[in-house]
Formats: sequence, C-alpha cells, structure tokens
Amino acid sequence: MAVKFSPQAVKEFEETLARYPHKEAALLPVLLLAQREFGVLSDELVQYVAGLMDLPPSRVKSVVTFYTLFNTREVGRYVIRVCHTLSCALNGTEEVIEHIKKRLHIDVGETTPDKKFTLLECECLGSCNTAPVTQINDRYYENMTLELVDQILDSLE
Amino acid sequence: MEEKILLKYIDVPDIEKIEVYQKHDGYKGLAKALKQHKPDQIIELVKASGLRGRGGAGFPAGLKWSFVPKDSGKPVFLCCNADEGEPGTFKDRLLMEKNPHQLIEGIVITAYAVNCHQAYIYIRGEFSQAMKVLEQAIEEAYEHNCLGKNILKQGFHLELSLHSGAGSYIAGEETGLLESLEGKRAEPRLKPPFPASVGLFKGPTVINNVETLSNVPHIIMRGPEWFKGFGTEKSTGTKLFCLSGHINKPGVYELPMGVPLKELINNYGGGIIGGRKLKAVIPGGSSTPVLTAEQVEEVAMDFESLQAAGSMLGSAGVIVMDETTCMVDALANLTRFYAHESCGQCTPCREGVSWMAKIARRIEEGKGLEGDLELLLDICDNISFKTLCPMGDAAIGPVVSFITKFRSEFEDHIRQGRCPIEKDKSIKVRG
Repeated sequence: MAVKFSPQAVKEFEETLARYPHKEAALLPVLLLAQREFGVLSDELVQYVAGLMDLPPSRVKSVVTFYTLFNTREVGRYVIRVCHTLSCALNGTEEVIEHIKKRLHIDVGETTPDKKFTLLECECLGSCNTAPVTQINDRYYENMTLELVDQILDSLE
Repeated sequence: MEEKILLKYIDVPDIEKIEVYQKHDGYKGLAKALKQHKPDQIIELVKASGLRGRGGAGFPAGLKWSFVPKDSGKPVFLCCNADEGEPGTFKDRLLMEKNPHQLIEGIVITAYAVNCHQAYIYIRGEFSQAMKVLEQAIEEAYEHNCLGKNILKQGFHLELSLHSGAGSYIAGEETGLLESLEGKRAEPRLKPPFPASVGLFKGPTVINNVETLSNVPHIIMRGPEWFKGFGTEKSTGTKLFCLSGHINKPGVYELPMGVPLKELINNYGGGIIGGRKLKAVIPGGSSTPVLTAEQVEEVAMDFESLQAAGSMLGSAGVIVMDETTCMVDALANLTRFYAHESCGQCTPCREGVSWMAKIARRIEEGKGLEGDLELLLDICDNISFKTLCPMGDAAIGPVVSFITKFRSEFEDHIRQGRCPIEKDKSIKVRG
C-alpha cells in the first residue's frame, strides 16, 4: 500500500509551507506531521516526504536519524520516555525505570508484544523542579512515584 | 518581598489570555515603543539597561542588535531561542506556558528595533503544552493587531511563526538552531560570519533567549534606569533561578542578579532535603563548573561573581547535591548526556566526549585504571577550543571541575575498585 497524506494532512502541509520563504525549511514540521499520520517514519514514508519536499531521500533520512523524537522503527501506541539526566537521577528516576520494566516485562528500548507501550530513557526534559519526570506521548507526568506509575499505566487504554 | 519583573503576574488567573494580559499593562510597552521611539532609540534604551542574554552566554542584548547591518538589502530575521535543554534549566518553559504574551510583546518590540518582519520561535519538540499555549496566544495577538500588518496602526508589520524542534540539545546552540530551522541536521556553523550578518536563509539574524526577550517590554515601559536598579553594576535586572536536585523546594525563583547562592538555597529553596549536608552545587546548568560547599558559602549569583569563582552563571540552572551524592556517578551521568548530544561534526567532541563518558562510568563501576584521571584531563585538553561550537567546552566543564575539586573521591573509586559512597538515589517525596 502506497503511503499518502489524508486531505486534512495535505491542507496542514500546505499551511506549513506558507510559513517559510524556502520550502526546505518546512522539513521538520512536515516530518512531524508525517509521523503523526503514520506513527513511524519508514523508508517508504521518507521517500514520500522527499517527493513532497523536492529533496533527495538521503537528505530527508539524514534529518530523520539526527533528531530523537523521530521514530525510525515501530513503536507502541504509548511511548514512555523517562528522563534520566542528573536532577531526575538524584531524585529516584532509576526506581521509576526499574518499576516500569518490571510491570511491562520489557527492557528499555523495547515494545510490549501487544504494541501498547514502548519504554525509552531520554535526556533532560526541562522539568527538573518536578523530578523525576516522565513523558508519555505528548504529556509530561511530574513528581513520579511508583504508585503514580501504576495509576498512570492502568489509566491508559 | 522582592519586586518581580517577569513573574509579577504569573499567578494571575488566565494571564495567558490577551484580554487579561492587557489589563495587567500588557502590550503597553509595545504601544510606547511604536509611538514614541525610533528603532535605534529602542536599541539605545536596551543597551543602556545593561540587559544581557539569559540563555547562557550573557552577551549584551542591545549590542547584539546593533550589529545587524542597516543596508544589507536582505530581509532581517529574529529567532527566539526556546530550545531550553541545558540540564537543570526550566525557566523558559514556565514563561511560555504561563505568560506567552509577555514573550510575544518582547519579540515584536525587538523585531521593530532591528527592522525585522519575520520572526520565529524555535521551541523544543518536547514542550507540547507550551506550544499549545503559544499557538493560541499568537492567534490572539494577530486578532488584536499586535502581530501582522500595521501593528497598533503604527505602520509596522511582523509575521511570527512557531517552529517545533524534534529532539536535539545542540539545536539550542544559535547556529545549530539556524540549521535546524532551515530544515537540516542541527550542526553548528563556523563563525564568523556571525548570525547578525549572515544568519537564517543567509539574512542578518538576531537570536535571543525567551527570558531575554520577555524583559524587553518592561525596559521600554519603565526605562533603563529603573531596570538597572535591580542586580549589580554589570549584571543588571532580575534573573530566573532554577533550583533542582537535593533541595526542599525546587522551582523557579525570580531574584535580583547577585543574590548570594547560600541565600537562594537556604532561604528560598528551603535548604537541603532531609536536613543533610551540602556537598556540591552546579550553579548555571550542567556545563558550568561545579562549586564545593565551601565556595557556596561565599559566591553570589551574577555573571562576574561566578566567573571570579571559576564557574559561570550560564542559564542559572542550580543543581544541588547533598552528601549522599557520588561525584563520580554524577559525572558519569553528565558525560553520558553530552556524549548523547554531540552532533558528531567535530572529531574531538564526537570521539572525546564518548570516551569521557565510558571512562567515568568504568570508574564508577569499580573498573577504573591507574592513570584514568590523567587520561580524562588529557582528553579535555584535546577538546578545549578545538571544536566548531561551544559544546565541546560545555562537555569538559564538569569533567575538569569534578576531578579537580573532588579528586580524592575519584581516586578512592579506582584504588578500592568500587564506589565507596552510600548513595541515596531513591524517590524523594516532598511535603
């Protein structure tokens, strides 16, 4: 099945291009849009975006692999990013990570077999005052405790 | 109670809405700027205020603006650096989530001063909440004629767009930011040319931090002399200090530049968690050299005082470490961060920082070798000033200072073949 933007995404794509004097500058927002539409930036999707942007696929791929928020392989419906930089580390983030690993029976970097959760460690989320901090998809969960981990994981459908 | 500038209205309900912001002096600075001042006068006022960049380097803002050539014939761009990523720093996120119009107002005034008609806010991709708030605020600003054509009917026009990053620390370096905004890998550029002459899309470009720009409306409204009434002679104004780590009340505190670090930690931060002893403090974000507990007793939080103490104010991200902290473990954590974030362009940084991370980790794990400390310092020497951007030197800041100031702790690890510190890395529940 060939990838193709939905009409809504095409509209958003065109609005995005209008914000920049050069088309190329829209690459990051367009890739974020593509990822929202399809979940993972597969080689096929990279080719498609490259076509839309009039860029060589290799050029697009080099950008995709540079930034941490782009998914180059399949992830679960919920991507859990646990901050493990210093302020979070001083405030117990290792306990949070160990607890999630145990609950989901996966290691860092893995996805649950039902494709619901992917567990990742990430660098500073810029919320050190509420350490330890975890981001699940777009949302920050702050002042994490083990009880909170359980509550949050139970609440996600 | 200290007078606040940036956080004065932070707790006013709905201050993120333009009607509420306008009721609290909002956009009055912009009206005054457009009606009463020529662009050059704005630059002079900001120069006179002594406002220095709040992103880390502390460069005088007005002076930076004055470097923009007037006759290049190319469009001028303004980029607000909202890629807040220096570990220990979380002030810009607060300003954007709570008072977005203060930032937008600062952007419009700055754009007017440098004759710019297209501005971008480059925001880190993780800050979804701040993006949502800013998008809404930008829309309101357009509706209320504070952005767009003929702003406040004074003939000035400005387009402002929000641009999301996608996860990269180095995109916060100003030329890395420009590359990223042009749709490329955030690989910093060689300087010169400086962005003021050749920046975004090869046009003259001003890049300022969120906190810097948020100060501008207040300087225009109340004048440079008033602003200089805060802080020290050379570090004027207030500063948003970010307190985190082993502290009772972590958070963002707005205080005059020059506040004693000890006062910040004890009076505002409520002291060390669990009544424990202080061991060390990183004063200005993870790249600034660490201070010992003895140094904390004496140092003040402004550009000059911290420089005199051998460190830097940086982004004012204060990370507090108590006696249960293993300095080797903490260094291994920070070097891993920098190894992860190196863009890979320059060999000394790409290779050297990874080596430092591996060596620091092996010392922590009890596998350190005789000579490892000399090796680490030698790697630092081979990185220092040998990279395109300041990232290499940022990465060695903690290494040199940790080893110099806590050398015996590193040696104990190597000699004993284990970590001798009783670490407490448990979850801390605060009252």
